[in-house]
Amino acid sequence: MKKLIYLVPVIVLAVIASMFMVGLGRDPKIVPSVLIDRPVPEFALEALPDRGRPLSSTDLKGEVTLVNIFGSWCVACIAEHPVLVAIGKTGEVPIHGIAWREKDPRDAMRWLGRHGDPYDLVGHDADSRVAIDFGVTGAPETFVVDAGGVIRYKHIGPVTPEVWENTLKPLIAQLRKPS
Amino acid sequence: MPGDLMAAFSIAELGHFALVLALFVAIAQSVVPLVGAHRGDAAMMGMARPGAVALALLVGFAFCALMYSFVVSDFSVSNVFENSHTDKPMLYKISGVWGNHEGSLLLWITTLVVFGLAVALSSSNIPPQLRARALSVQAMITVGFLLFILLTSNPFERIDPAPFNGRGLNPLLQDPGLAFHPPMLYLGYVGFSMAFSFAVAALIEGRVDAAWARWVRPWTLVAWTFLTAGIALGSWWAYYELGWGGWWYWDPVENASFMPWLIGTALLHSAIVVEKRDSLKSWTILLAILTFGMSLLGTFLVRSGVITSVHAFASDPTRGLFILMLLVVSVGGALVLYAWRAPQLKGGGLFAPVSREGALLLNNLLMSTAAATVLLGTLYPLIADTLNLGKVSVGPPFFDGVFVPLMVPAIIAMAVGPMLAWKRGDLRGALGRLWMAAGLGVAGMVTVWLMRGGAVGDILASFGIGLAIWLFVGTIMEFGDRIKLFRAPLSESGRRARNLPRAAWGMTIAHAGIALIVAGVTASSAWKGEAVQTQAFGETVTVNGWDFTLLSAETFEQENYTGVRGTFRLSRDGEEVALLTPEKRTYNQPPMPTTEAAIHTTGLHDLYAVIGDPTADGTAFVTRLYFEPLVPFLWYGAGMLCLGGLVSLSDRRHRVGAPVRRREAKAGATAAKPAKA
Repeated sequence: MKKLIYLVPVIVLAVIASMFMVGLGRDPKIVPSVLIDRPVPEFALEALPDRGRPLSSTDLKGEVTLVNIFGSWCVACIAEHPVLVAIGKTGEVPIHGIAWREKDPRDAMRWLGRHGDPYDLVGHDADSRVAIDFGVTGAPETFVVDAGGVIRYKHIGPVTPEVWENTLKPLIAQLRKPS
Repeated sequence: MPGDLMAAFSIAELGHFALVLALFVAIAQSVVPLVGAHRGDAAMMGMARPGAVALALLVGFAFCALMYSFVVSDFSVSNVFENSHTDKPMLYKISGVWGNHEGSLLLWITTLVVFGLAVALSSSNIPPQLRARALSVQAMITVGFLLFILLTSNPFERIDPAPFNGRGLNPLLQDPGLAFHPPMLYLGYVGFSMAFSFAVAALIEGRVDAAWARWVRPWTLVAWTFLTAGIALGSWWAYYELGWGGWWYWDPVENASFMPWLIGTALLHSAIVVEKRDSLKSWTILLAILTFGMSLLGTFLVRSGVITSVHAFASDPTRGLFILMLLVVSVGGALVLYAWRAPQLKGGGLFAPVSREGALLLNNLLMSTAAATVLLGTLYPLIADTLNLGKVSVGPPFFDGVFVPLMVPAIIAMAVGPMLAWKRGDLRGALGRLWMAAGLGVAGMVTVWLMRGGAVGDILASFGIGLAIWLFVGTIMEFGDRIKLFRAPLSESGRRARNLPRAAWGMTIAHAGIALIVAGVTASSAWKGEAVQTQAFGETVTVNGWDFTLLSAETFEQENYTGVRGTFRLSRDGEEVALLTPEKRTYNQPPMPTTEAAIHTTGLHDLYAVIGDPTADGTAFVTRLYFEPLVPFLWYGAGMLCLGGLVSLSDRRHRVGAPVRRREAKAGATAAKPAKA
């Protein structure tokens, strides 16, 4: 019996190794499947100061939209932003923004002033409640929501021209096709 | 110039060829001396030494060949093309060698064989059988890694036609701190392979004794010192380069280097018990196997892509699978051997729970538990994913939450342990001698707490400072006890200090270093001051009583980047203390921005400034300003840990060897008994 104790390390290693075997076949960056094909969570955010109507979940119904999570504190968002501005200029799809975890909503306004404002509606999610409901892991993240208000895709990290051309644009076109 | 072309052409091929040859030598090396040791055949055992030399020469040549290709910017080598560029400074051409997967793997193998060489050439007092077996085991690991590099990650691969220029090294890596971080880390990771090889050799031999511990300890110390330096360099780099004023992020890759450090620290301490008291043997063997296992696991985590991290290498499941196989075969094999042979290891001296052994065992348990929790936290996202519990991420709150409660008893015990006698210690006596440490600790805690305004939120952090004082004073007092400071004439104390074993000096220095680190960690996590804003020229922002005035900002151009340099006047109470010039750079190749923080240190605290982007009208910049209390203590403490390791390494008994027990086996004695099977 006492000798069995000496087997414990090798058993632990076997368990961890088999876990890795399974893990190797998966991509940790792939979206949690839970949120995909689910309706967007119900929410109604506050507006940014002097920027018109705020974003709420009812605004995400009726047509295909992009919802972009950003923050004035977020470095990667600066890299992403020109791409969103360019998409916004083409008018191909309405982009809504969620300004996440701003200490002061005016920071977000200043930031948009500096880097350009591609958004239709922007809501301010100060306490992360909406971000948590959306399963946001970090900024920036971009969701594709279909006309029925169902989340169809989530992109983690900055949207690059490649992501837009190869993934988001084709998906949006496909979602718009009457089925 | 066809001659030069030919030379450049053949160097990379020769390097590749040397690796193939090395593979064959390693295969021979992993069999012949082992069989020789089993048969007691001195000639076969003797092969281990020239074998180790040949391996080191071949792999060393391959490494130099790759370095040469980087230095002369031979872009027909795919690895050079991907990671170098002609306008990079020479230092970064060289560090580019290990700034990528293939090259760093070659560095791994080079380190592996250099350690083998060091064992082969070092003190001749290691019994030939043990040496032959250990070198064979080391060669088996080398075989695995050579197969890995030759089959999946050839650093000498060619591209035809050769591109005109390279893609450049990731600018974040173009930094002196990071030029030396990976080699240090690898010397640590791989250094633990020596302890592993000795442990496996001892299991094959079925014998572990004080002499064994004495041979293993210096190698463990070397590896531990390098690993400490490597982690500290990485942390320091993150601190000044990432621009957030943080020095530890509990990122999976950081954890990957921290786990072997924790287990290695446990190993370092339990080996003392084996050496002095002939006890805790099978536990020490297990730690030696696990320390290297953790190093392999770290390599696996960084390179396989199973876990997302900010600085993972290009992930590739095939490579991941290969390292996983290496891990399973080597560590799994060693653990099976352990399960089979360890029960037969005779336990040595018994000891009471309150004793030096007991304290060292407590250190072991706390360090291992800490490593296990870090492992759990690092792997939890993977576990959850595998069991389909959804994608989760585990962040600093978890690690801080479990790590701090484990370290508090460890630090309390750290001051007491060295005061206890072997076998049976006198806890009351030890505590009695520590009254001053306890008193100063409590006084320090209360003082700091009151100075901070006596808020409830500061109690824990003040306690941390108190702990640091307790450990520092306790360590110094233990040292004072040993040299009879103030209880004997100063000349007598001086003589005693000179005669004290270097290992004791090493312990005192390293433990005092930990005290400084505890203070640094506590203060910088609890009392960091931070201001992020858009700052106009001439505007002053005050952080914790320090005034940062933005004076100017200008653009400038360098060989491999363009940048914006801001100038801040740092002043306190109206008096100018320093000019801070943080930069924001945009590198040419590949185009990528980096921040270069400007740090003014008072020796106690750091003042840290980062400049961001200008506003649209150019009259103001986004700036981040930090007050970083006691962060320099982290670097002092890390330096003391390394110094302690080196001083301990210079201990006379590591050089002279172990006269304690004579081993039966003698070189050349063909009649030497084969190991008990």
